[in-house]
Amino acid sequence: MKINDVILQTITRVVVFIILTLAIYLFFSGHYDPGGGFIGGLVLASAIVLLFLAFDIETVRIGIPINFRVVAAIGAFIVVATGIGATVFGTPFLNQAFKTFNIPFFGEVELSTVTLFEAGVALAVVGVVVTIILSISKDG
Amino acid sequence: MLTIHLAILIPFLAAICIPIFHKLISRIHIGWFILIIPASLFIVLVRYIPSIANGDTFSHTIQWIPSFSINFTTYLDGLSMIFGLLITGIGALVILYSIYYMSKEESLKHFYFYLLLFMGSMLGVVFSDNIFVLYVFWELTSIASFLLIAFWYQRKGSRYGAKKALLITMSGGFAMLVGFIMLVYMTGTTSVREIIVSVSTLTDHTLFVPVMLLILLGAFTKSAQFPFHIWLPDAMEAPTPISAYLHSATMVKAGIFIVARFTPAFGGEALWFWLVCGVGLTTLFWGSFQAVRQTDLKALLAYSTISQLGLIMSLLGVSSLAFYHGLSVEKTLLTQAGFAALFHLVNHSTFKGALFMIVGILDFQVGTRDVRRLGGLMAIMPVSFTVALIGSFSMAGLPPFNGFLSKEMFFTAMLQVKQLEFFSLDSFGALLPVVAWVASVFTFVYSLIIVFQTFFGPHQQEKLETETKEASIGMIIAPVTLAALVVGIFFFPNVLGDNIIRPAMASIFATLPASDYYMKPISAWHGFNTELMMTIAIVIVGVSLYMLYKYWSRVYSFFPKSRSFDALYNNLVLYIEKITSRITNSYMTGFLRDYFVYIFLFFIFVLGGALLFTDAISIDFSGDTPISTFVWIISVVMALTTIAILFVKSRLSAIVLTGLLGFGMGMLFVLFRAPDLALTQIIVESVTTALFLLCFTFLPKWETEVRKLRTKILHIAISVSVGAIFIIIALTVKSGALFDSISVYFEDAYELAGGKNIVNTILGDFRAFDTMLEAVVLFIAGIGVYTLTKFKNGKEAKNLED
Repeated sequence: MKINDVILQTITRVVVFIILTLAIYLFFSGHYDPGGGFIGGLVLASAIVLLFLAFDIETVRIGIPINFRVVAAIGAFIVVATGIGATVFGTPFLNQAFKTFNIPFFGEVELSTVTLFEAGVALAVVGVVVTIILSISKDG
Repeated sequence: MLTIHLAILIPFLAAICIPIFHKLISRIHIGWFILIIPASLFIVLVRYIPSIANGDTFSHTIQWIPSFSINFTTYLDGLSMIFGLLITGIGALVILYSIYYMSKEESLKHFYFYLLLFMGSMLGVVFSDNIFVLYVFWELTSIASFLLIAFWYQRKGSRYGAKKALLITMSGGFAMLVGFIMLVYMTGTTSVREIIVSVSTLTDHTLFVPVMLLILLGAFTKSAQFPFHIWLPDAMEAPTPISAYLHSATMVKAGIFIVARFTPAFGGEALWFWLVCGVGLTTLFWGSFQAVRQTDLKALLAYSTISQLGLIMSLLGVSSLAFYHGLSVEKTLLTQAGFAALFHLVNHSTFKGALFMIVGILDFQVGTRDVRRLGGLMAIMPVSFTVALIGSFSMAGLPPFNGFLSKEMFFTAMLQVKQLEFFSLDSFGALLPVVAWVASVFTFVYSLIIVFQTFFGPHQQEKLETETKEASIGMIIAPVTLAALVVGIFFFPNVLGDNIIRPAMASIFATLPASDYYMKPISAWHGFNTELMMTIAIVIVGVSLYMLYKYWSRVYSFFPKSRSFDALYNNLVLYIEKITSRITNSYMTGFLRDYFVYIFLFFIFVLGGALLFTDAISIDFSGDTPISTFVWIISVVMALTTIAILFVKSRLSAIVLTGLLGFGMGMLFVLFRAPDLALTQIIVESVTTALFLLCFTFLPKWETEVRKLRTKILHIAISVSVGAIFIIIALTVKSGALFDSISVYFEDAYELAGGKNIVNTILGDFRAFDTMLEAVVLFIAGIGVYTLTKFKNGKEAKNLED
């Protein structure tokens, strides 16, 4: 049975970028506004899920040649590594540091190691969600 | 000293790098790069020898979880120095040997990954000063050795051996953990050094004996002491470099290390002495007795390792007597047993390492390790023969090899103990030298078997598959080095004794005055005394036993396989498997409904019971804010939706209704001004609904089950009570504030963590440990789902030998 999904595919092409932008926005805004690694990762994953729904798995895989199991592993690794990283600098495990910098053009910017930690969470979420969806949908 | 931290961490870091660099340098054997690590660590440690010999110790702390005083503290003293040198020194030689032993067709990256993991954890065990960190490394050695033993996992024997080693050493490890927790409870500190000092004053504490037993259990299982020795012969399924490393030099000696470390804490106690010394001697005897009957050279060496570990253990037991108050003899006589233990520890590593490597060479060059098929190799493999001769004769305790020196000291110690008159030694003390002597006779016999049955007699080429020739130079370097050490230590024992063993004595007997553990220089010739007579008798009796082996080998038929500890272990594992599978099958019905019944029944009994019996229910509406209209609407909609789910007839409507519930929840979060939660809730809801729809077509047909009225009523009762309990808990929690609110703390989020979003600062800063573990758990769950769906029905499982 051939499904006519022209509308879905056309809309997806536009919407995915909006969702991805939202994901990145949510991820970075997390420190001050609603958002953060977990939500950012979930939104990113939902964009990919939408792609999977609109196109078939093989097409998406050619477009995004990423092994999501590795993404999940890298995410989990970053999360643990940032924790250990703190001990290298002589502070307790999982201690996070932050500092505000004055960068021209952007103005006052706060850089924090939490961002790294959150990035790990986001990658783990994306990797796991997509891996689960892929393995469930492929089976059968 | 940060260097010691690095020494522990470098093997781990290198292990992580292997998968990355493996592809880049596939032309060169990866072992050459790995070799650098233990070699340089060895050099680093050697540079500390002078200051350690001066009595210095080095300690440094990296904070880890300071609130629980779990910190990564390293401590370098004489005792850990010996072990560190063995781990890195023998490690370097083993890796050099493995470069020639392991062909590039093998999965080298796994091999060296596991090996480095093991090396790092061993260094962690000996250098850690925090008792919990020590435990973590201790279990890591078990895991690493499990992986190493199962390296050729296609073989059934390898998997069996790995599982056995893991089960036995891990259960010992858990026992030790319990002991450690008790120790921390007793002493109130997590530092090993402080614990040892304070435990020796707490001999009347009720936990004193349990702690001692639990720690000994950990040490005995790890060091393959009787009756836990059964895992070691099966662990010989590992590639020979591994056997040489794990089972001659390092892992099995972790137990020795723990006993040596805790000797000052428990020494001077009758129970400690009898357990350590008694188990050690039993192991010594049983291992040597069993070794003689083995026909596989590696199995023979395994039993010989067991027996030698027993020897070291018994010496440590004797040395612990030095802590007994009211001794009638000079303490030096007892502390020299400790010296002998450490001396033999080093000697054993040299000669046993060499022997293992030679057996590996035989296996590699000749194709068999069966002594019945070997013979006459002396002319073909002269170098291997020489090394084997040196190693075996050292093990047998003959001059001019280092084993002779430590064995004589062993006899001295056992003869000393005989004269003591406490701990009921006056009645049983005479047994000790007798057992030691008998075991040494058997040791002599199996040492002869290694040399004579392999290298003398007729060469039976027709029984072998390959043409035999001498091993390549690269392969022989490592065993020759060790053999040179065996001879070198004999002629210059005091270099080792003064620089390395004496500082270790100082750390074991730190609480005694230095004059008590003063050792006069070791000399090879110590006059015509009882010890020498015992050695001469060993040679005479041993040679005759070897010649007459045919006639007395029937003794072994009294110990059939069906009545051994091995059989006990097998039956126990089998029995546990049977019982557990029966229990599991009885409640794993395959119906989600049943599982919910178990979970909810537990919930009702425990939580509901707690609510009832503690009079915790208190409902108070007085301080509530009025409920807005929107909240009313959404709540009513959600309640109706929930009820509707129960009565829908199609799955699709059920999915939609469940989704509605989730979105309603999200709306509630919005109304209560929790945008973070609302966002998360809505996205999760969208993704799960999408997931549902994805697998929708694969789900079986929706069938209404016909259930008995009785089960129906039971289910209704359970659901209603669960709901009621939830409501009561929610209302009670809100009404009775037992603790002050902690929200004040989070209001400082901006100052403390630089974030204005409190939810996120909680996730990333204040409770980052939770988040970290959640991310890891999520990852594990994802991998679990992947493997479950991918390897369904074992379609893609590799072909394993049954």
